[in-house]
Amino acid sequence: MTPLPHHDKKTEDSGLALSKELLDALAKFKEIELEDFELIAPELELIWEPGVAGQMMPKLKIPGLMAKPTALLQAAFMPPIQTYPGKIAEVKLGGTKGEGGTRGKSQIVGGETSPAFYTFESPLAHPPTITLDVFDMEVPLSKAVKMHVKEVIGDPAAWAKLAVEKFGADMVTVHLISIDPLLKDATPKDAVKTVEEVLQAVDVPLVIGGCGDPVKDANVFAEIAETFKGERFLLSSITQDMDVERCAKFAKKNGHAVLSFTPMDLNLARELNRRLYDFLAPEDIVMDLTTAALGYGLDYAFTNMERARIAGLMGDNELAHPMSSGTTNAWAAREAWLKMSAEWEPRELRGPLWEVTTALTLLLAGVDLFMMMHPAAVKTLKDVTNKLVSGSKADPSKYANWVSVKA
Amino acid sequence: MSKKAGTKELSPIDIYKLLPKTNCKECGQENCMAFATKIVNREITIDQCPPLFKKENEKNYLKLKELLKPPVKEVVVGVGDKAKKLGGKLVMYRHEFTYFNPTAIALDVTDEMPEQEIVSRVKRTENFSYEYIGYTLKLDMIAVRCTSGDAEKFKAAVKKVAETTTLPLILCTLDASVAEAGLMATPKANPLLYAATTENWKDMAELALMYKCPLVVSAPNDLNKLVSLVKTLITYGVTELVLDPGTFMNEGLSDTINNFTMLRRAACKGGEELAGFPLMGVPMVAWVDKGDAADEIVKWKEAYMASMLVVRYADVVVMHGTDGWSLLPTAVLRQNIYTDPRKPVAVAPGLKVFGTPDQNSPVFFTSNFALTYYTVASDIESAKLNAYLIVVETEGSAIDSGVAGRKLTAERVADAIKASGVESKVKHRKIIIPGKASRISGEIEELSGWKVQVGPRDSSEIPKYLVEKWQP
Repeated sequence: MTPLPHHDKKTEDSGLALSKELLDALAKFKEIELEDFELIAPELELIWEPGVAGQMMPKLKIPGLMAKPTALLQAAFMPPIQTYPGKIAEVKLGGTKGEGGTRGKSQIVGGETSPAFYTFESPLAHPPTITLDVFDMEVPLSKAVKMHVKEVIGDPAAWAKLAVEKFGADMVTVHLISIDPLLKDATPKDAVKTVEEVLQAVDVPLVIGGCGDPVKDANVFAEIAETFKGERFLLSSITQDMDVERCAKFAKKNGHAVLSFTPMDLNLARELNRRLYDFLAPEDIVMDLTTAALGYGLDYAFTNMERARIAGLMGDNELAHPMSSGTTNAWAAREAWLKMSAEWEPRELRGPLWEVTTALTLLLAGVDLFMMMHPAAVKTLKDVTNKLVSGSKADPSKYANWVSVKA
Repeated sequence: MSKKAGTKELSPIDIYKLLPKTNCKECGQENCMAFATKIVNREITIDQCPPLFKKENEKNYLKLKELLKPPVKEVVVGVGDKAKKLGGKLVMYRHEFTYFNPTAIALDVTDEMPEQEIVSRVKRTENFSYEYIGYTLKLDMIAVRCTSGDAEKFKAAVKKVAETTTLPLILCTLDASVAEAGLMATPKANPLLYAATTENWKDMAELALMYKCPLVVSAPNDLNKLVSLVKTLITYGVTELVLDPGTFMNEGLSDTINNFTMLRRAACKGGEELAGFPLMGVPMVAWVDKGDAADEIVKWKEAYMASMLVVRYADVVVMHGTDGWSLLPTAVLRQNIYTDPRKPVAVAPGLKVFGTPDQNSPVFFTSNFALTYYTVASDIESAKLNAYLIVVETEGSAIDSGVAGRKLTAERVADAIKASGVESKVKHRKIIIPGKASRISGEIEELSGWKVQVGPRDSSEIPKYLVEKWQP
């Protein structure tokens, strides 16, 4: 007989090889006597039926049955690390005292070198920034939001203070709704006054939001850009139907950044960015590819942003900009604010969770700057991003017993 | 990268070459090339080609199977019309193709719950239903957890659940003898068995083989162990596997997202077959370290964890909270993520009636892009207006991009007005057009003969607009 293989050399199919030898020998001699034989195996089952060995053989030769491993086969998982030719531009928002502004500190958005939260590949350059919405006049708000801000509605400075001090906002967005020619048609000077009040109230960087009228917004932004030179606001937003050249020029001259907004179309986004490059550096441009609410087009927003981020990393410079999301749009979904039948209530929880879900979906697509509304949604997004950037710290033993936990 | 790992690279020619080329139309297609195109787009399967099953085509059939094999295996759980397909993913990013088999959502019961509670939770899971843009959102599975450690109790609970529902089951216990008791209670139901670990894999493998059921492989936060188990189990003969790399809240969130992402990337981009299985996420771990937190807080955490896992590649999730407010966002998100990005979502063109309009009611038009249509429809509905809305065929384009891309033209609007029959329903001849279509207002007036009123740019302003500007 050939010597039996040592158990250390056992490979995946050695069980079968061993059996084959044994069986061949059995077939030949009908009887075998083993001497000085030692078999070390975790488990061994020999079914011996004297006299019928010959008939047993075909049955015993079923490969699947005999190939069953008896010990864990080792395999290694190779982390699928990739490198990317591109890098997302870093945009600094908020001018500090030393830089000609008055902000306590700046916020940097962008700078990513991997898709969103692929921290197995490279650490996050900058955790996402959250800017809270502040309106300069009364606007329709859902009940779940209104209950948290009702005391400061109509007072943007107090609202901003609340957003920063109580809700933990990194930045504040001053929405100059009142400049809308169809609403109060407030003048650029009025808008400057509002911004001045907010600057006095908080020391975080500001986003300056217009009313959506391309001509009026440009006029107001121009006045604000010049008055607050060095504050490095994010002018939100510059759109295709505005005088892009004029806006880009006054932003550059006064050291502000712009939000390049396009309606859910990457080609339009590239085109608008190209027009801005004539006057602005990539480090001056954040892009808003449009946020649709969960249930109302979030799939388009998600895929658009994921595509843009991957394209940017793969070397498409025209899309290699930090992304901003008007996450507040989540509240446009009726499920966020509507009183529904009892099984879906309370809406006070459903609404902010709608905003959270919209935010987290886009967080995983690569959004760097979130414009948000509800304090609970803001807190959750902050918690989650803090955990996501804190690195590999899982304690598997803590959750291993979920099967038997008596919840 | 192998062909099967990058489905997008597959051309109809690759498929056509291996087809019988009989042009017999038995598949219902015009010819083999048309069939091949549908195969590449995953609209039909090769099993619909009868000649392919002839002996002489066996080799090509097997080649096609291999070529079309998704990098993430499709694993079926349950039986009958409620059976759930898990995985079967062709791509990592949805824009690369589309995602198949929406993440299954399972709610749990335990073997220590009173029978009444088991039944009511199962019923609640089964009856969860939400109507959303023409879809009915449902939950999919029941996870039965053994918290008692008692095989007989577990068996009784599984039996009760199986009597109550035909939803597929996940039997959760790490004790093989308990698992066997559960399987005996429902031997033909093809439940998903949870789970094989480095401790119990051999016994679980035997059960999976004996009861021919799919098996979850669990190796919390250890991908080397996970793929080692997969390799071992495949060699053992267990091929229907689901992978659980562990779901961790709080300080483990980063590892959780990284593990799911790495596994999916290794399968889809790296051709790593040991990672090519459906992934299981367990948002209900939020209940493990509940502590003194209010139930609402835990449900909130569980909900957002589930949503993150839906985005990051989970093919099945196990949840505990049964509240509508906490389940709905995840259910809607899943529907969103799993829509086919290749097709612009469009609604059928034609006349839509809101409220009870009369012959003086306003007439609007909008595009047939679903997002635009539902937004406008919801604005008209929520204001309780009586109005007619003509949906114009724009090939799924929104208003602004439709005008720019000539998908929304004055001709199409004029034709749609005529085809809608609205002329016989109102006595005026005034149409309110979207503000974003103002550029073509003159042409519309000319071609349709209707007087055009340019409406607001955003449909949310329609109610206000009507008060101020509408006179029949």
